[in-house]
Amino acid sequence: MAVREAEPVETLQEVREAGLDREDLLGMYRNMLITRGIEERGHILYKQGKIPGSFYTGRGNEASAVGVATAMGPNDVGTPLQRDMGVHVTRGIEPWRVFAQYMGRVDGPMSGRDGNVHMGDSRLGLYAMVSHLPAMLPVAVGMGLAFTIREEKRVAIAWCGEGASARGDAHEGMNLAGVRRLPVVFLIDNNQWAYSTPAHLEYAVDHLADRAAAYGFDGVVVDGTDVLAVYREAKLAIEKAREGGGPTLIESVTLRMEGHAVHDDAFYVPKELFEEWAQRDPIERFRGWLRDNASLTEDEEDEIRDGVKRILNEAIQRAEESPLPDPATLLDGVFATPEELETPHHK
Amino acid sequence: MAEKTYLQAISDGLRQEMRRDQRVFVLGEDVGVYGGAFKVTQGFQEEFGANRVLDMPLSETAIVGGATGAALMGLRPIAEMQFADFVSCAWDHLVTVAAKQRYRAGTPIPIVLRLPSGGGFSGGPFHSQNPESSFAHIPGLKIVCPSTPEDAKGLLATAVEDPNPVLYFEHKHLYRRIKGEVPDDRYTTPFGKARVHRDGEDVTLITWGAMVYTADEAATRLADEGVSVEILDLRTLIPWDREAVLESVARCSKALVLHEDTKTGGFGAEIAATIAEEAFEQLDAPVRRVAAPDAPVPFAPTLEKAFIPQVDDVAAALRDLAAY
Repeated sequence: MAVREAEPVETLQEVREAGLDREDLLGMYRNMLITRGIEERGHILYKQGKIPGSFYTGRGNEASAVGVATAMGPNDVGTPLQRDMGVHVTRGIEPWRVFAQYMGRVDGPMSGRDGNVHMGDSRLGLYAMVSHLPAMLPVAVGMGLAFTIREEKRVAIAWCGEGASARGDAHEGMNLAGVRRLPVVFLIDNNQWAYSTPAHLEYAVDHLADRAAAYGFDGVVVDGTDVLAVYREAKLAIEKAREGGGPTLIESVTLRMEGHAVHDDAFYVPKELFEEWAQRDPIERFRGWLRDNASLTEDEEDEIRDGVKRILNEAIQRAEESPLPDPATLLDGVFATPEELETPHHK
Repeated sequence: MAEKTYLQAISDGLRQEMRRDQRVFVLGEDVGVYGGAFKVTQGFQEEFGANRVLDMPLSETAIVGGATGAALMGLRPIAEMQFADFVSCAWDHLVTVAAKQRYRAGTPIPIVLRLPSGGGFSGGPFHSQNPESSFAHIPGLKIVCPSTPEDAKGLLATAVEDPNPVLYFEHKHLYRRIKGEVPDDRYTTPFGKARVHRDGEDVTLITWGAMVYTADEAATRLADEGVSVEILDLRTLIPWDREAVLESVARCSKALVLHEDTKTGGFGAEIAATIAEEAFEQLDAPVRRVAAPDAPVPFAPTLEKAFIPQVDDVAAALRDLAAY
């Protein structure tokens, strides 16, 4: 097999070698809890009728999202997707703004102009997805192109699901990135189901990471429920790209633990598969690792969990205080004004 | 000031923008070593380097999507579709990503997409189209259709300065046929301001692109018959100069809209509807449209001539209107 399969991270020593100290690990654990907490609370708000439209979660993908985002540098950028709430959380979005986003309020990153997980705060280096997956993948490649043109040591992360990997955008984007050895890391969240379509009806290779060879760069398959393994592979790929080593395709394998969105009960996914992957719950798995390898105590755990609970309670309250957009602003911003380009970002 | 072809004016304008602003770069198929299929970027790679004049794979999606990403990072990409027809392959990236990005996410996308368009040389169904109306329907995109060398350069400069995605339709049939005086220094030509190509008082003829010249020939014939035709060259479709159109229609009381694109859903329908809504009381005749029939652009010269509006067609419509 052409691709490498990533090894699990066994010890605290290995983690230190990968650039993380114990505080970082606890931070990652907290971010995973906030990620799941946001989506669990969001689901309740949705059922209460407080969130319009639809509602998507990334249950089962917390380790993959948090692991990759932790590996990003401060000036790196990315285009995370609908299972990647952990990326926003890790990059520092305040949870109340996520709830404001869900509820269509003016303080959400999209100010009520776009909803649910279509969000990104450019100040955090994140750019909002569109529904036409993976249309943001070539956009991320263009970001990498800009870094190359300006000779900046920055990296763009292009997220893609295994479902969207079937589309032409993925091919064109990966091909261009390979041709020009752009500083782009492709992160395929392979959660095995594209809505109701199973992986074997989506692609014919053993691993999606096998495709990297066709574009002239490396591919690696990583267990997406192992946050430390994801982190280590992402860090390797990102630093390689930063130093001019070109793109890497990381395939992060998980199972989508809920339906495509909350209206979907995922009846088509075999029950045994859910049971099997529930045993590998990324948060439980990392908690066990921290206990075994980093002496996580019950007191520390309680403190972290209480802190997360407090943050979420306050976040929901603050989001509900945020107003809905004024209909008089309907047409604002269809076109940008020249002054908007006079930002440091666009200089 | 020097006499230049339409193509030279675009090329000079492009070069001036790249000299002025380090953020500006061009990307497209065969734009580097070859200098572009129509030689608009000839010599650019020598002057600006391969890092600012990028030969791309046959990947319209990655060209437009990539330009969008580079713009988000602060650059000012000018992307070339080898033919405007190929923009269909990048539809998603223009319409789904670039056009909506400022509105939904607050981040402007300052890109220019150069689109060599139009027929008249047996290019057939895939090298002759004028797809401007498809994009005029999409909020968030600006649309430019210069007809003169002077406007071609000035509108290009405005497009590069504009903080939005701009579709710059350059008509291939004008590239080497049309010459005109072009100022040497940089200047900008504002969007949304029509140019009075010809003064008149009996009929207002609203058009853009290569049809300006067809209109002019028809108007010359009508002048011999005692009918005075005012020709408005819109220059830009989004935004378009409603005020100039309505002012002219108020004076002439009769209006003809002419375009090379097909008739149904063409941008002329929007203009005609606006005149009907806003100037009904001032009209002495129904608004007329002359446009290509609803068919793909055919290849054979006889068919293509029958397809693209000709001077005879325009003159006949003007005559009907004058007599109404």
